[in-house]
Amino acid sequence: MLEIRNLQVKLQDEDKQILKGVDLTVEPGKVHAIMGPNGSGKSTLSYVLSGRDGYEVTGGSAHLDGADLLEMEPEDRAAAGLFLAFQYPVEIPGVGNMTFLRTALNAQRKARGEPEVSAGDFLKLVREKAKTLKIDAEMLKRPVNVGFSGGEKKRNEILQMAILEPTMCILDETDSGLDVDAMRLVADGVNALRSEGRGFLVITHYQRLLDHIRPDVVHIMADGRIIKTGGPDLALEVEKNGYADILAEAL
Amino acid sequence: MAAPKRSDDLRAEATAARLAAVTVPTGGFTGAARAAARARLEAMGLPGRRDEYWRYTDPTALNAAEAPEAAVFTAEESPIFGAVDRITLVFSDGVFDAAASDDPSLAGVEIARLAEAGRADIHWAKDLYGVLEARGQEPVARPHAALNTAAAADGILIRVTGKAAKPVHLVYRHASVQSDAILHHCLRIEPGAELTLLESGPAAARFNKVLEVDVAAGGRFHHIRAQGRDHERRAITHIFARVGEGALFKSFTMTANGRMTRNECVIEIAGNDAVAHVAGAALGDGASGAFHHDDTVFVTHAAERCESRQVFKKVLKNGATGVFQGKILVKPGAQKTDGYQISQSLLLDEDSQFLAKPELEIYADDVKCSHGSTTGAIDETALFYLRSRGVPREDATSLLILSFLADAIAEIEDDRLAEEIVSRLEAWLARRKV
Repeated sequence: MLEIRNLQVKLQDEDKQILKGVDLTVEPGKVHAIMGPNGSGKSTLSYVLSGRDGYEVTGGSAHLDGADLLEMEPEDRAAAGLFLAFQYPVEIPGVGNMTFLRTALNAQRKARGEPEVSAGDFLKLVREKAKTLKIDAEMLKRPVNVGFSGGEKKRNEILQMAILEPTMCILDETDSGLDVDAMRLVADGVNALRSEGRGFLVITHYQRLLDHIRPDVVHIMADGRIIKTGGPDLALEVEKNGYADILAEAL
Repeated sequence: MAAPKRSDDLRAEATAARLAAVTVPTGGFTGAARAAARARLEAMGLPGRRDEYWRYTDPTALNAAEAPEAAVFTAEESPIFGAVDRITLVFSDGVFDAAASDDPSLAGVEIARLAEAGRADIHWAKDLYGVLEARGQEPVARPHAALNTAAAADGILIRVTGKAAKPVHLVYRHASVQSDAILHHCLRIEPGAELTLLESGPAAARFNKVLEVDVAAGGRFHHIRAQGRDHERRAITHIFARVGEGALFKSFTMTANGRMTRNECVIEIAGNDAVAHVAGAALGDGASGAFHHDDTVFVTHAAERCESRQVFKKVLKNGATGVFQGKILVKPGAQKTDGYQISQSLLLDEDSQFLAKPELEIYADDVKCSHGSTTGAIDETALFYLRSRGVPREDATSLLILSFLADAIAEIEDDRLAEEIVSRLEAWLARRKV
C-alpha cells in the first residue's frame, strides 16, 4: 500500500538534511507505529508524504498503491486516499466545520469521478460519525477548530478521517496535549476505522497511545533513518529503557 | 511673463468649472441648503493631493468638470437581493425610472422623490437635507458632499414611523458611458422605528451620492450596499449619520471592481447607549482594470456608554490599491465609550498595496478604544491544511478569502442578506480563480 524507498529530504531554504534514507512499507490492514526522539524526522516524514511546501526530496521514492506520491499535489494525494491527522490542527475562522467537511468530501469525490453527496445524505453521515466521537451539533456548526479545546481539535481530525474514509492514515502525534479520557476517545475513533483495506502510520513519542491503538509493527526512527523495527514489544522496551540503548545499539 | 498661478487660484478655477458643469435646482425647501452648500464648496474648494485626507486617493477624475467615460458592464447573473421581498426604486444613470420601480407604499414608511417633494416649501426633510452634511464638514472638509447637496438632481426621502415589514432597495443602473449622476437621499427613522435599506449597482460612469440618516431614540437602521461591478465606473459616496439615544446604526458595503471608489462615512453618536457599526468588504483585481478603493470613516462619540465598530477588509491583487482612513473621536464627557476599529488587507501578490491611517482622538478618561491594521498574504499553513483534505488550491484559497472577510460580513444581521452577499463574493472568486 504505502511504499517508501530510501527517502531523503532536506529543508528547502536551508542546507539541512532531515531524512537520510527512510525505508518503510505499510501493508493494507496493518497499523505501523513510528517512535523516536525529538528531531528524528518523524513529523517531516508525515509532511513530505502529504505534500507540504518547504521540503526538497533529494532522493528515494514514496508510492501509494503504486502511484508516485511525490509527483502529486496535496489535494491529489488526499483524493488518492492519503490522510494526515495534524499535530496542530489549523483554525479557520469564518468557515463552518460542516461547510469545510462537505467541501472536502465532494472535492475528493469529484477528483475520483464519483457523484457529489447531497446535503441531506451528508448531514446524516456526519451525525452518525460525530456521535461515536462525542462531537455535538454545536461543534459542527462552529468555524473549523476555532475555540476548540486540544481534545476537540483532535477529535475533529478523526471525524474528518471517518468522513473522508482514506485508505492510508497518518497520525502525527495525535496524542499530544490529550488527557487520558480524550486519548481513549480518539483511539476508539481510530480503532473503529481499522479495516482490512486501510493502513495506518501512527507517529508518537510515547508508548501510551499504543496501549489504545495496538500496532502490528513498531519502528524506531533516529537521525533521519529507521534504525530498528519490531513488534509491539519494541514500544514497551522504549517505554521502559528510553531510546538510549537502541541508539547505542544502532551505532 | 505671467506669474505662475498659486495653487489656491487653481483650486478655485477647478471648483468654478465643476460648478459650471452642473445644474443647481433652485427654490423649494432645499433652496437655502443648496445655496449654503454651494458657498461652503466655494470656500473650501475641491480636494487636492496635498490635502491631509486626499494623500492616498487622486481626486482628479472626481474633480473634473466632465465625467470620464466608463464602459457599461453587462453581467449575466441575476440582480442581487432579487430573492428578497422588498420595495425596489430604480435610478438609471441617476434618473428615476418609475416604470421599473415598485409602488412605494409600505406601512409605517413614507417615501418621496427629492425631485418632486423638493418643490414644496415645507417638508420634514428640510431639517435634514444638507444639515448632517454641513455638520460633517468639521473638522475634515468633504467638498464633494457639499457639491452633492448643492447640485443633487434627485434622490429619495424616506421617513420611517414604524417597523418596516420589508427593506427598501435602491437600484442604480448604468446605461450611458458618459453619465454623471448626483443623488442625495434623506432618511429619518422616528423613535422606535426600524428600516433596512439596500443599495446596489454602479449608477453611472461617475457617481456622487450622499445619504443623510437620522436615527432617533430607539430607532434601528440597517444598511447593506453592493457597489456595481462595472470595471471603469468611479464613485464618491458619503453617509452622514446621527444616532440618537439607544438607537442602532449598522452599515455594510461590498465593493467588487470599480476603477475608483471612495466611500466616506461620518457618524455622530449623539445619544447615550447608542450603537454604530460600519463595515466593508472590498475585492479588487487590477488585471480586469485599475482598482482603487478608499474607505474614509469618522466616528464621533458625543454621548455616554456608546459602542462603535469599524470593520474593513480588502482583498487586493494585480496592482490593486486599498486605502483606509478611519478615526474615532471621543468628545469630553463621552464616558464609557467602547470604540473599536480594524482594517485589514489580504494581498494576493506583491504588486498590490494597502495604505492605512488609523486615528484615535480621545478627550474622556473612562473609555475603551482599540484599533488595529494588518496587511498579509494567504496563510500557507491553513492553505496546506485545506489542500491536505482534498480541497484544490483555488477552492482552498477562495475559502480562506471568505474566512478573511467573515468578520465584516458578520456585521450583517439578516442571514438571508448575508447569504446574498456571500454568494456574490463566491461568484467573484470563482470567476477570478485566484
